[in-house]
Amino acid sequence: MKIEGKQRLWDEYQKEIADDHYYFARSCIRQNFFPGSEIAFLRILKNYLHKDVYDDPHQTTCTGIAYHSALIPFETTRAVVARQFSLMNQAGYENFVPSCVTSFGVYSEVIETWHHFPETLEQARQQLYEATGRKFSCPENLVHTSDIIYKYRMEIARQSRYKLINRNTGEPLKVVEHIGCHYAKMFPKKGVGGAEFPSVLSGMIEAWGGAVIDYPERRHCCGFGFRNYIIKENRGYSLSNSKLKFDSMEPYKPDFIVANCPGCTYFLDRWQYVIAETTGKTYGAEGYGIPVLTYEEMAGLVLGMDPWDLGMQLHQVSVESLLDKINIQYDPAKKYSGYMNENIGIPEKPDFLKI
Amino acid sequence: MSLVELLKKDVRFQEGLSACINCGTCTAICPAAHFYNYDPRIIADTIQRGNEADILDLLESDTIWFCGECLSCKTRCPRNNTPGYIVQALRNLSQELGCFTKSERGRQQLEVKRIIGENMIKYGYCVYLDEIDLDGHPEQGPVWQWYKDHADSILKRLGANYKGDGPGTMRKISEEDMSELNRIFEVTGAIKRFEDIEQHCRVEIAK
Ligand code: SF4
Ligand code: SF4
Repeated sequence: MKIEGKQRLWDEYQKEIADDHYYFARSCIRQNFFPGSEIAFLRILKNYLHKDVYDDPHQTTCTGIAYHSALIPFETTRAVVARQFSLMNQAGYENFVPSCVTSFGVYSEVIETWHHFPETLEQARQQLYEATGRKFSCPENLVHTSDIIYKYRMEIARQSRYKLINRNTGEPLKVVEHIGCHYAKMFPKKGVGGAEFPSVLSGMIEAWGGAVIDYPERRHCCGFGFRNYIIKENRGYSLSNSKLKFDSMEPYKPDFIVANCPGCTYFLDRWQYVIAETTGKTYGAEGYGIPVLTYEEMAGLVLGMDPWDLGMQLHQVSVESLLDKINIQYDPAKKYSGYMNENIGIPEKPDFLKI
Repeated sequence: MSLVELLKKDVRFQEGLSACINCGTCTAICPAAHFYNYDPRIIADTIQRGNEADILDLLESDTIWFCGECLSCKTRCPRNNTPGYIVQALRNLSQELGCFTKSERGRQQLEVKRIIGENMIKYGYCVYLDEIDLDGHPEQGPVWQWYKDHADSILKRLGANYKGDGPGTMRKISEEDMSELNRIFEVTGAIKRFEDIEQHCRVEIAK
């Protein structure tokens, strides 16, 4: 069949996302900062979507943060990527799924580099073999974890227990979606919707009943900036970029923010706390912040998973305002309990930001 | 070999600059240009003009250390240049030649090495919970302190495998895997880079 007109045009903005049998590559930042989210990803894939996904203990950092801080040579990153692919080969998989947007950018960039400069592929083969005795071949399909949740958004909607709808007004919740720069700005063809119409998160939001806010600084970077955050003296860069976004989204009164990149999720949460403590300014209603979710947290809530099993107690901006709007059932007393309901106290309260 | 010739050996440079028309689109979209006295258009133009003294100035300047590597410029340049890649090549050369110690922002590479470099060598992760405290990271907020104080219990509750063997969130990376990573770092020049950063900074301090 000949595909014509708009359909053909939009096809250029789609990407191939494998159906099943995924090799999962973990994110350093997400494991440390949002430990519940990768666990939720694996639970959603296994228990709700019945997919085969392999969680390999042998992986290491992809070195992306070091590479983008100019700390290590590009050769090092290429050889580490080659090792990760070798682990995937060894486990018998072909579909590589990194959970970090920086990693996704790194894997995409390395494959492109090998393609444009074949001598660098040969060099990676030699260096990996010399260092580890390993050989490797590239994945058949490389997608980000958010692509898979996007692909199965309608199935998640079918199994959903809650919708992204304000139970008091019956209106769709207003959602700010933030896509990590390295998801589609580097290689637009590798992101759903490309750099112009990135729809990986808006597709989920709309499928689950919410409405997406289009605000002026929607595509501005969160401000991670690698060495601009890592070095304390430079951190104002990161804060200023996030503040630019908060100021721009504020008039649209978002009910929550969702991001697909570990750094962005963290910064959009923590910089609201810093702005509140240093200036008294808060962006949510009545002295609260705007809750910031990972897409697994958003999917998990929609599917009826417990917010505290998802790890949402580790946010600095509290999420209860959102849970109440959706009418999600949760036990406030369990928020800060430890393993087997152990009493481990509660975090101190910030001075200004209400939690 | 001239500085331009050295830059041209870097694949990041080869991909980063074809021909710049000085349109300033990259500067308009650049988050670093928004908040710093920084202009990627001028960097692209300086390199394109090929004046060795100007390039040396750049290698020794703060200028090349402001870029946030968001790569927004890659999407938007109408001539397929990527100033963010040009900056990567300049930063690499600046470190290879020891020029980075001439600028305050450049000297920060020592701290980047001691944080991210040492995390990778010690844990196999680029960031690690045990190494992040509120003194260094006050923005983490009180919830972080609570998390750190009760990490075993909280992570177990969430189903993680903190410092455990086998797969799972926050698992310990085995010695065998760590040794493969370290061998790659040796073979590909990362260890040498770490040593060079320390050495160049020692020399600068001795002056
Ligand atoms: S990669 Fe660097 S130069 Fe390019 S837009 Fe981002 S901060 Fe600016
Ligand atoms: S956008 Fe491209 S062509 Fe325009 S000034 Fe920047 S590098 Fe040069």
